[in-house]
Amino acid sequence: MSTELTNKITVRDLKLWYGDFQAINGIDLDIYSGKVTAFIGPSGCGKSTFLRTMNRMNDRIASCRVEGQILLEGQDIYAPEVDVVQLRTHVGMVFQKPNPFPKSIYENIAYAPRIHGIVHDGPEMDELVEKSLRKASIWEEVKDKLQQPGTALSGGQQQRLCIARTIAVEPDVILMDEPCSALDPIATAKIEELMDELKQEYTIVIVTHNMQQAARVSDYTAYFYLGDLVEFGETTQIFTAPRHQKTEDYITGRFG
Amino acid sequence: MSEHTIKRFEDELNLLKEKVLSMGGLVEKAVRRSMKSLLEQDTKRARKVIERDNAINTLELQIDEMTRTILALRQPAASDLRFIMTTIKIVTDLERSGDMAEAIAGALLQSEDHPLIHLESLQNLAEKAILQLQQALDSFARGDVDLALSIIQSENKINSMFKAVQRENLTYMLEDHHQISAGLMAYSIGKNLERIGDHAVNIAEMVIYMVRGHDVRHVDYQTAVALVNTPN
Repeated sequence: MSTELTNKITVRDLKLWYGDFQAINGIDLDIYSGKVTAFIGPSGCGKSTFLRTMNRMNDRIASCRVEGQILLEGQDIYAPEVDVVQLRTHVGMVFQKPNPFPKSIYENIAYAPRIHGIVHDGPEMDELVEKSLRKASIWEEVKDKLQQPGTALSGGQQQRLCIARTIAVEPDVILMDEPCSALDPIATAKIEELMDELKQEYTIVIVTHNMQQAARVSDYTAYFYLGDLVEFGETTQIFTAPRHQKTEDYITGRFG
Repeated sequence: MSEHTIKRFEDELNLLKEKVLSMGGLVEKAVRRSMKSLLEQDTKRARKVIERDNAINTLELQIDEMTRTILALRQPAASDLRFIMTTIKIVTDLERSGDMAEAIAGALLQSEDHPLIHLESLQNLAEKAILQLQQALDSFARGDVDLALSIIQSENKINSMFKAVQRENLTYMLEDHHQISAGLMAYSIGKNLERIGDHAVNIAEMVIYMVRGHDVRHVDYQTAVALVNTPN
């Protein structure tokens, strides 16, 4: 891992409150371009909340207040002039439970590029749909049934459809919040393999409760505890010789 | 360090450590007894050392089985992973050291016709080698990095003691060709003891890896000390 690292996202002194409760206590973190970064930590440690700050999903929660900076390629994503809808095309998100639109497989992919005016219906759109489904490694499984509802697919296929939907608007970053927790081991392996391919083109941040998954898929790992970033480092280092006792305890199952 | 949430895993790791230590205890005893049999020309004791090597080999197999199971079922990480790695490596060092003890005992049985006369330098070497082995096991038991470092530092001492055995026996052989068989035997026993010292150093290096996560194999003592003192 000696090639030079560039920051895709730079987080500085990020704090977040839900009403009076401070969920994130001032975090500095660099998310490297073209790498997979995993966030691990026990429930309630702030990892999902932190992930959601990166495309401002927390904006929808009225009591939520954010301080500090999150820079996407140097641009402050919390600056007043930022269009949140545009931001989310740059920073896409895949959720725990696959949530395809109640529309056809084709429409699941075509919807966002159309409303954003990226591509118009026709051969160009057909091409984008195919390209996105191919990148998400699901094209071969759905190419003959593009007009069938996305919700008719299996859980693992639905999740890859959601990844294809995210890719369709050409994001820079893909945020994944427990993307495999509802999937069986084979579907999980397919998503993990996919992440390995996707990081050639995208920067990926994944929240996972499955530590083995973090170890398998990520290049860098961040361990969160009670709203603090306890340790951040190369995944091999974190899983073989963590620096902090708290990380050690969590990773080896000595927690609580 | 606090205990694992999964009690059975904690028990498995503790049992594994106990097994390694009892294997180490048997090996240490075997080396001591092989030297004692040599010094006292006690062939009965020598035969016992050879017979008891089986017990060491059996423990090796049991420990390998346990580490295999833990790797497959528990997927250990961090300090647990380093402990398992260390166990896998040092079991081989212990088993080989047991074989060295067996070879020393075997040397006595072969040398009944031409017994070893000049044993002092061999005895010194043996004492040092046994001490190294014993300390290596202590450093493993306690996770004692300083002790492990001191074992690595003493490697040169063992080597020069072995050289002394070589030189001394060469002189005897040159002086009197009737001493050649005994001299060659002493040389081979010395070599076995020196190897036990090497295995003790290997164990010490793995203990440092186990405790600190730094790989200090194939570096000199100064570099090892510097590594131990740097954060990961």
